[in-house]
Amino acid sequence: MSEIDTSGGGGKKHGGGKVRSKKASTRVDMTPMVDLGFLLITFFILATTLSKPSSMTLNVPDKTKQEETEPLKASNVMTIFLGKDNKAHYIFGKAATEDPEIVTVSAGYELRKAIQDNSRKVPADKFVVVIKPTKESTYKNMVDILDEMAITKTKRYALVDVLTPDEKTLLKEKAKLDI
Amino acid sequence: MPKVKIKRASSAVDMTAMCDVAFLLLTFFILTAQFRAQDAAAIETPSSISGIKVPDKDIMTIALDKEGKVYFGIDNQQFRLAMLDNVASAKGISFSEHEKKEFMLMSNFGLPINQLKSFLALDKEQKAKIKQAGIPTDTTGAGPSNELKDWVYNARKANNGLRIALKGDNLAKFPNFKNVLATLQAQNINKFNLITGTEAPPAGWKND
Repeated sequence: MSEIDTSGGGGKKHGGGKVRSKKASTRVDMTPMVDLGFLLITFFILATTLSKPSSMTLNVPDKTKQEETEPLKASNVMTIFLGKDNKAHYIFGKAATEDPEIVTVSAGYELRKAIQDNSRKVPADKFVVVIKPTKESTYKNMVDILDEMAITKTKRYALVDVLTPDEKTLLKEKAKLDI
Repeated sequence: MPKVKIKRASSAVDMTAMCDVAFLLLTFFILTAQFRAQDAAAIETPSSISGIKVPDKDIMTIALDKEGKVYFGIDNQQFRLAMLDNVASAKGISFSEHEKKEFMLMSNFGLPINQLKSFLALDKEQKAKIKQAGIPTDTTGAGPSNELKDWVYNARKANNGLRIALKGDNLAKFPNFKNVLATLQAQNINKFNLITGTEAPPAGWKND
């Protein structure tokens, strides 16, 4: 009798028993898949929530209405001129006509310090900051100074874009700023 | 005496559950993600400590790039179309259906109105190459050459509830911003948002 052995030798060992096919495990290694999943999650979290910008509200006075306001006392007013190259110049306590001392600071920490120092010299509810951006200043300078108002909690401030002739000469002579 | 064998726990952890969670979260983030549309200009905004988020809808964005050029856009496509119709009838220009469709797909633009028609006729690649000239403004905010006022006016006519957001570049000069401000103030818009990046307030600072 001749038989054709198809079972590659394995069958003979068992001596005519059942031919067992080798079962592959049904478990798949999930680790790379999990890695990929979390990588994509990280990407989507960073791409959505972190890129959401914030906004600051800006209220400007109504131009059509003319309201009578009481004139500011120069002794309580700090006027900040935003110059070029992220420099700010400020006068405090004196009007531009009274030959005030003009201080040049860099926009940032120095300016914040100056605002805080000056705000302590006058009663808190009287302190007023007048911000005058010049044509050399950038949009960033303006946003930064508005931000400083929020940081130093200065409640009364005004954004004025007109320079008086006195202020122009003052800036030209003392801050070397030609406007 | 037989050796005491310590039964070793298998170091392979069943990852199936973790995988499920990962993909569930992934699905959630994909579905909630809002991708930014292609903008006409790259603008790097300054940052502020303000924590107010920009509203998601009903928003009109006036962008100011570093050269001082002004771009304009509103978020809703239907209102975009209505705005274009309003502007077209006010200026006596007519747009074809194809041009209207193209306009609806633009999230913002910075072109004088007389160049808009030829720009809309271009295909996508050509549009990306063209340097947009910016929407004309002026210092008084209400002059005849000021086209921004027309866009703002007609956008508000299309949707009165639009909020206004200004998005300026770090290096934009103040006079350019002043022109935009003057345009808005001339229309009696006195309240708007400045879009900024977020930065951490200094240590110890509390909002009150």
